[in-house]
Amino acid sequence: MTTGNGQLDLPYLRAKLTDRRGQLYWRSLEELAETDAFQEFLYREFPQQSDRWTDPIGRRRFLHLMGASLALAGLAGCTKQPAEPIMPYVNAPEEIIPGKPLFFATAALLSGVAEGVLVENHMGRPTKVEGNPEHPASLGATDVFAQASILTLYDPDRSQTITQFGEIRSWSAFLSEMREAVQRFKQNKGSGLRILTETVTSPTLASQLKKLLSDYPSAKWHQYEPVGRDPARAGARLAFGTDVAARYHLEKANVVLSLDADFLSTGPGKLRYVRDFTARRKVHQSQREMNRLYVLESTPSNTGAMADHRLPLKASEVEGFALALAAELGIAWRVEIPAKLPGSTWVGPLARDLKRHPAATIVIPGEHQPPLVHALAHAMNHTLGNVGSTVIYTEPVEANPVDQFESLRELVREMQSGSVETLLIFGGNPVFAAPVDIPFADALAKVKQRVYLGLYNDETSELCHWHIPEAHSLESWTDARAYDGTVTILQPLIAPLYGGKTAHELMAALTDQSEQSSYEGVRQYWSSQFTRIPVMVSGARSSSAVCQKASGDFEEFWRKSLHDGFVANSALPAKPVALTAQPAVLRTDATTPGLELIFRPDPHVYDGQFANNGWLQELPKPHTRLTWDNAALISPATAERMGMTNEELVELRFQGRRVEAPAWILPGHPDDSVTIHLGYGRRRTGRVGMGAGFNAYAVRTSGAAWFGSGLSLSKTGRRSRLACTQHHHSMEGRHPVRAGTLEDYHRHPDFVREMGEEPPKDLSLYPERKYKGNAWGMVIDLSSCTGCNACTIACQAENNIAVVGREQVIIGREMHWIRVDRYYAGGLENPATYHQPIPCMQCENAPCEVVCPVNATAHSQEGLNDMVYNRCVGTRYCANNCPYKVRRFNFLLYSDWETPSLKLGRNPDVTVRSRGVMEKCTYCVQRINAVKIEAEREGREIRDGEIATACEAVCPAEAITFGNINDPNSRVAQLKANKLNYGLLSELQTRPRTTYLAALKNPNPEMKTS
Amino acid sequence: METNQPSKTLTLEADTAPIIEPGHTFGSVTDKISSVVLARKTPRGWYVGFGIGFVLVMVLAQTLANLLFVGTGTWGVTNPVGWGFDIINFVWWIGIGHAGTLISAILLLLRQEWRTSINRFAEAMTLFAVACAAMYPLFHTGRPWLAIYWLFPYPNTMGIWPQFRSPLIWDVFAVSTYGTVSLLFWFVGLIPDLATLRDRTRKRIPRFLYGMLAMGWRGSARHWNRYETAYLLLAGLSTPLVLSVHTIVSLDFAVGIIPGWHATIFPPYFVAGAIYAGFAMVLILAIPIRAFYGLEDFITMRHLENMAKIILVTGLIVAYGYMMEAFFGWYSANPYESYMILNRMKGPYAWMYWALLFCNAVTPQVFWFKSMRTSITALFTVSVIVSIGMWFERFIIVVTSLHRDFLPSSWGMYYPTRWDFGMFLGTIGLFVSLLFLFLRFLPMISIFEMRTILPQAEVKETGSPH
Repeated sequence: MTTGNGQLDLPYLRAKLTDRRGQLYWRSLEELAETDAFQEFLYREFPQQSDRWTDPIGRRRFLHLMGASLALAGLAGCTKQPAEPIMPYVNAPEEIIPGKPLFFATAALLSGVAEGVLVENHMGRPTKVEGNPEHPASLGATDVFAQASILTLYDPDRSQTITQFGEIRSWSAFLSEMREAVQRFKQNKGSGLRILTETVTSPTLASQLKKLLSDYPSAKWHQYEPVGRDPARAGARLAFGTDVAARYHLEKANVVLSLDADFLSTGPGKLRYVRDFTARRKVHQSQREMNRLYVLESTPSNTGAMADHRLPLKASEVEGFALALAAELGIAWRVEIPAKLPGSTWVGPLARDLKRHPAATIVIPGEHQPPLVHALAHAMNHTLGNVGSTVIYTEPVEANPVDQFESLRELVREMQSGSVETLLIFGGNPVFAAPVDIPFADALAKVKQRVYLGLYNDETSELCHWHIPEAHSLESWTDARAYDGTVTILQPLIAPLYGGKTAHELMAALTDQSEQSSYEGVRQYWSSQFTRIPVMVSGARSSSAVCQKASGDFEEFWRKSLHDGFVANSALPAKPVALTAQPAVLRTDATTPGLELIFRPDPHVYDGQFANNGWLQELPKPHTRLTWDNAALISPATAERMGMTNEELVELRFQGRRVEAPAWILPGHPDDSVTIHLGYGRRRTGRVGMGAGFNAYAVRTSGAAWFGSGLSLSKTGRRSRLACTQHHHSMEGRHPVRAGTLEDYHRHPDFVREMGEEPPKDLSLYPERKYKGNAWGMVIDLSSCTGCNACTIACQAENNIAVVGREQVIIGREMHWIRVDRYYAGGLENPATYHQPIPCMQCENAPCEVVCPVNATAHSQEGLNDMVYNRCVGTRYCANNCPYKVRRFNFLLYSDWETPSLKLGRNPDVTVRSRGVMEKCTYCVQRINAVKIEAEREGREIRDGEIATACEAVCPAEAITFGNINDPNSRVAQLKANKLNYGLLSELQTRPRTTYLAALKNPNPEMKTS
Repeated sequence: METNQPSKTLTLEADTAPIIEPGHTFGSVTDKISSVVLARKTPRGWYVGFGIGFVLVMVLAQTLANLLFVGTGTWGVTNPVGWGFDIINFVWWIGIGHAGTLISAILLLLRQEWRTSINRFAEAMTLFAVACAAMYPLFHTGRPWLAIYWLFPYPNTMGIWPQFRSPLIWDVFAVSTYGTVSLLFWFVGLIPDLATLRDRTRKRIPRFLYGMLAMGWRGSARHWNRYETAYLLLAGLSTPLVLSVHTIVSLDFAVGIIPGWHATIFPPYFVAGAIYAGFAMVLILAIPIRAFYGLEDFITMRHLENMAKIILVTGLIVAYGYMMEAFFGWYSANPYESYMILNRMKGPYAWMYWALLFCNAVTPQVFWFKSMRTSITALFTVSVIVSIGMWFERFIIVVTSLHRDFLPSSWGMYYPTRWDFGMFLGTIGLFVSLLFLFLRFLPMISIFEMRTILPQAEVKETGSPH
């Protein structure tokens, strides 16, 4: 009680105290007086701040600020769903549960050809690409490009705005300029309008282009792709008089011959081919025989590494060999065998082996080999009875197959003459990737109106007036055909992050329907085709109930096609072909002495389009294990003769042009030839790809697009450091890879076990650890592994593994959780090559666990070596003590914690690691736990195969098997019971959970010596 | 006095130098040693020495700041060589620290009187070396701000204990115990001398400070009684530590399964190596200090010669260790072991292996000759070579074992960076700075113990030396 003016009323207090009975404790006169201020103090501990919360106006302001700062904290609050309905693969869209991903079927595109994929989508953000098990080109696997496409999608360096002369413009500004142009085209029938695309397989785009060409008859459509199939096309014409595509059924082939074809790692059908091929190399209870692979090759490839017999030949010598073999096989044509024939010892035994298996062999010509080799291969397949059995011919999957170099040359000629007024470039990067003898960049300057639709601000966008950011294939509605013609309708997983546009929208802009979206375009095309589909299909498999039903209801067809990820029965039917009569010239004049230069698309950067993708840049290339660079690959003998060492800068002079490249000695490379990879030396791209490697296009002509003679090499005396992840090639007398022949295995199945030592299990003083319930284990089949690296990059995408950059790789700090080791055995000239994927072995007696002072790596009850990032202080003792060296340390802050777009692409189920923390393979513990929770919820056991680690899921060869080893019926337990099973370094008593099946080869007994 | 003073057995052989030159009295000993501390003017040489040390401490500060802000990646450590200069220098410094305890404790218990004039600064050297060493295990971790307390077993809400099977945890206990006991031992030994300084200084502030540190020492018989008991107990405590610390440091390696680490010979071999390196460092310090401060009377040729003998003996043990490593590599018939030793001999770091053999196995053999043991130049040169050799030894053990282990695919190389050198120089600077501060502000030779070895002390059996 206070007096009116706030003073304490002392007489009152005195009276109050006297009135009290018993003891009264009081803290202050204010308390005694029961002032308001004191009452409030009692009520609220922090009176000032709490105002914010109880006061309605203050609270709102507070929430405003909190909300604003949350939104500003990251773009994560701004994910956008595409406006149009898209179809989830497994679950209905209404089932969106935070934390649970949905999978949508779509396709990844490479050179315009589709590979069916399922994309994991977390709350509207695509985070991981998986193969589509029902898609014929995927069967559940993907290649490295599809895996890495997630990173390209979120690449902060992609072009983000429409520009004209480098200034930001709106889409409507572009449309209004196009409307003017359209008026012009209407008058002049489109003369002066040229469109340059890459290879187009999209039925929608093709129909749009065809409509445009019929509307504007004087307009022209050109196609150019630096890595095309021109020689194959010409070869088919030579053999059959018409362009057809060959499709192989490797699952039916007992003997396969590759004439410089890397069919297991390049080409649109590679995933399917790997699956079919390796299925015939797995030796187990029900399959005791293997297929046999002969490879002639001009540059060591993964296919060559799988070969039972491999013959390194100069690229130009393959033709002569093919002629000799064709003659030996007795093809219908008369051929002229060159006098000097390298590899002549092969011809006889090889021909006999091929003939032993009628209609069950395949001769595969190299995509980069001249047309004659393709024609001879077709003839040989014909003679061997393979056509219709292991080889079938179809129409090409391209919508409009043309000779692309010729197409580009014609366009450039017109551009130079000034007759091209408007040029629209749809994707690709022709300024960078055009052959050096076709002056595309110079000619471009003469075009009055240049429009470029592309993902990046690159060499081409620099020279174009308009640059429209292209929508990534994961952002677009479009369609495309797979290697066998199966159509996938691509659905976007996210609305274009940077406002990208598709080719369909650009096409629409050239017509009157300039506002048509790509969704409308694609849907319109398919609804117009809809009634015709059963007709189209009838040639292939007519009795399809799906088709019948689909013909009834377009909506159902549309939903089903989107849901499945492909249009049912849309594969191209087999086309009967007949060999032509004797083609004009059947002799080789290619073998010239001297050095030869070979061009190949880079295994990871490809033609240059992936130059800004850090995952691909840092992925060690097969064989060389180089990252971030291309190099001039030479054979050991040639290097010795020239006195060259690794990393030495050499000048390559080729047909009057020159380029400088670091040399890299590659065992197994044929002598007197040099391989260089395309796609590097980008002058203008994002931050990642800038300045990496040298530009091989600088010496590539349309005449020698894949190889040519007349190369001279000279040393510059300078060096350039290359980032190689594996410096030792030999096994040093040890047996990390145990290998033998099928014959060894049949004769003495224990040979694998005898190559190592398995100590008895009771040596330890500690009691044996018991694993009740699940015990996770993995088996990796070295006979099947092709060394394609898909596991490494799938793991990187799944587990948020950071990219460290070139300099850090040089020091040795790459972060991959699963690496593919490469070992050579035998001489330098033609060694056997083995690939060995090394994830964490999840040892039962893990050397890493006992040495961690803070218990940051601990053994789980299911046998995993769990890594507790939060607990790790980073002593690196575990990594030192790991005999497999699979642990990776964050020496610096490698993860990008800043870039908002990259945050969107991360797997939310996996921690993003910070500096100073150790990390390693977890057997994808997040996937294990997701399935465990699901199984527990449904009250059942986990089914075998229900959990697939990222590496297992992506592997096209099915070389990796994961499962519960406590379940004797599981695939993994049965593989571990195989005689070929061995533990890496099991003599150390680590008892690895990851084990290997020894690599078996099946050499021809007749050719033992080679 | 009823103390456990070592009995005065000054039965010098005719050809052996005395442990204290004749002609000294209690007073002259006290004057001579305390004058270094109480001198009005600091000698210019001191400023130079301390200045060099201080500059290097600044290098250390910058290195550590960079390390903390940028990360372990500034060093050269990588895959597969996860430890580099950090652990090499840790082991090197810990090894150097060994001589101090050995001199103080074991030689005390063995009644080796000649230890008296060198034990004080050997102990100081130990402490400073342990301080330098202890920085490495902490700062070599990826997240030192957590490592600094997570390695200790303390009850916590996470319910997690350290991994007691890990040698790094044993290290934490071994090194912290060693540091604590060494500090106590050194400080207890200093108390009577601090009292002397308190009584002798004329200035107020030093008198106050020395007085605080002397903890009320008055030199009464009861004080001496308790002092001697405490000192002896601490000596007893320290003795096993001499063996345990480096044994446990060696287990960091021996418990690992890496060829070149996983060896049963490591504990004795490491202990011998530590004593070897420690005595070399005592000589490196004693020789210039005794010349600079004119203490030849107290640190006589006898001391130097005895230390040379210890170096010779421990050097032979270390050489035996090298021999056994090579023998095991061959005799085990284990491909990894034999490759390891061949790689040391012929691999990319072979020059260092051979340099190490030269430094540690060949050089000390000159001490078989008395002329060498009594030549100041030879003693100093050999000590420096031995110190370098022992650093090489740790490099060979840490780096060459790791850089090529089991799977050839993961083999790599280790190249230190300037930050590695920065931290090494920085800890040397810290060591030098602390040593100069010690020389300036504390008696570097135990005054009262020196007095007990004077012949006069022998006569007055009951007299307190104070």
